[in-house]
Amino acid sequence: MTMLFEEALHQLKLFARRPVAMFFVIAMPLMLLLVLTQLFGNERIEGLGLNTAQFYTPALAVFGVVMACYTYLAVSTATARDLGILKRIRGTPMPPWVYICARILAVSVIAFTSLVLVIATGALVFGVEIIWDRLPAAIIVAITGALCFAALGMMITALFRSSETVQAATSATIMPLAFISDIFVRPNTETSEWIPVIGNLFPLRHFSVAFQHAFDHAYEGSGFALPDADGIVFSILPHLGVMALWGIGAAIIAARFFNWDTRAN
Amino acid sequence: MPVISVADLTKAYPGRKAVNGISFEVRKGETFALLGPNGAGKTTTIEILEGYRTADSGTVKVLGLDPQADRMELKQRTGLVLQTTALEPELTVAETLAAFARLYARPESQEKVLASVNLAHITRTRVGNLSGGQKRRLEIALGIIGSPELLFLDEPTTGLDPEARRKIWTLIRGLNEAGCTILLSSHYMDEVKALADRMAIMVDGKIAAEGRPEELQALHASHATIRFDTHGKPLTGLPASLAGLVRIEHGVAIIDTADPVPVLNQLTGWAIKHKADLASLSVNRQSLEDIYLKLAGRRQEAVAREAAE
Repeated sequence: MTMLFEEALHQLKLFARRPVAMFFVIAMPLMLLLVLTQLFGNERIEGLGLNTAQFYTPALAVFGVVMACYTYLAVSTATARDLGILKRIRGTPMPPWVYICARILAVSVIAFTSLVLVIATGALVFGVEIIWDRLPAAIIVAITGALCFAALGMMITALFRSSETVQAATSATIMPLAFISDIFVRPNTETSEWIPVIGNLFPLRHFSVAFQHAFDHAYEGSGFALPDADGIVFSILPHLGVMALWGIGAAIIAARFFNWDTRAN
Repeated sequence: MPVISVADLTKAYPGRKAVNGISFEVRKGETFALLGPNGAGKTTTIEILEGYRTADSGTVKVLGLDPQADRMELKQRTGLVLQTTALEPELTVAETLAAFARLYARPESQEKVLASVNLAHITRTRVGNLSGGQKRRLEIALGIIGSPELLFLDEPTTGLDPEARRKIWTLIRGLNEAGCTILLSSHYMDEVKALADRMAIMVDGKIAAEGRPEELQALHASHATIRFDTHGKPLTGLPASLAGLVRIEHGVAIIDTADPVPVLNQLTGWAIKHKADLASLSVNRQSLEDIYLKLAGRRQEAVAREAAE
């Protein structure tokens, strides 16, 4: 256990020394929140009971979690593999599972930091209201989302050989998904009904919608009830289910195909 | 009990046999070298001993243990330096070593190790700013921080400048004198000669020769080469027995002989009589390098012939 925490701290230290990674994971979600809220004006969004910052604060908090747990985890692990560091670690007494878990623990801490910064900015700068009795549900959604995307990140690292291809694969998946998953824009459901339908096939929309509902007074309840027919009750359960399915599937593929050294033979 | 014993080891990759039935032993306290050209199977052999790869057939024991089944225990008791450098550029020298020290049950003192690899003056330097030789010395520090009984060094000086190589040689000699058994791989004969108690020349997945460096030299260097400058003059009056042995290359007379003493006797007699200048006379036994190149070359010729047939 000590070894796990020490290695996670070691990974956090490495992250803190990588300015590019810090920018994408910590600074970019905050910048997007400030820029997008300025761009659209912090006004009530038509057809929604939300104003601009109320929509973007939880959406970009989710985006920060995904940047840490998916993109950064996959790219940094693939880079370490390119450098031969994963192979070298395999030659030390550290059990391989401790190393992988430490990396996931470290990106979860980074993700949580990014998420808290975005929500604190939304609350302090734009007056976004935090609905306290929904906090436990929101935290469970965030943890499930973080683990699901960490599993997906490890799957990408397992399926692609070099850090360049892993980088390309994460960008090529997360950017289009973010546009159809209520993160960068909320699709106009009247003109394009199919977008949320497609979005719902993937875990990102479930993550963002479940997290956003925790900040939306249009919904009722603390999140743990079963969903109702009218869609008024805030229920995280179906969203957790989809994320768990994707996460477990990704973890199985990652465990099956992960390679500690893809350079030789 | 030998520290390493390898018997009839084979390992094939798709389309090629990397290791083709080799056997050797490494004794406690010695430095054993695997010498051979690139692609000879040295790294594959070492990586099987380290537990990175599995053998196709044959038996392999390291410290009396199985490199696969007892991998966790062996990782505590062995240290390694891989063929290619693998370090986090963002960390400092001291941080890198500390990160490895905490993984071992009985780590060596970090100050002591840094001093022994001659990096104590730059502990706060980022690894990304180190020279190639300094990085390699840091990796040796990582190899020995766990106080290993056995150290694997896979081409520790490849790509380094002569001064950096000498520093690493001094370091390796010191480690061996301190009681650590070392398995070294190299494609430099001078390195093996400088460091190894015993060596095996590996060519094309097989051991072409094995023994102490002096033994190999005595066994394979059966003849000597005599050379002198002819200064462009014809060798008139040379005894017939000599004339048949001499060949001239670029104005230098060369005699290859198994028995140099009578040849030299005849040659100097001729020179005195004909007032020939032998100031440039040299007699060389075949060097280990020549033997190595000969063995490597012979094997590769055979491979080329096989391919042609």
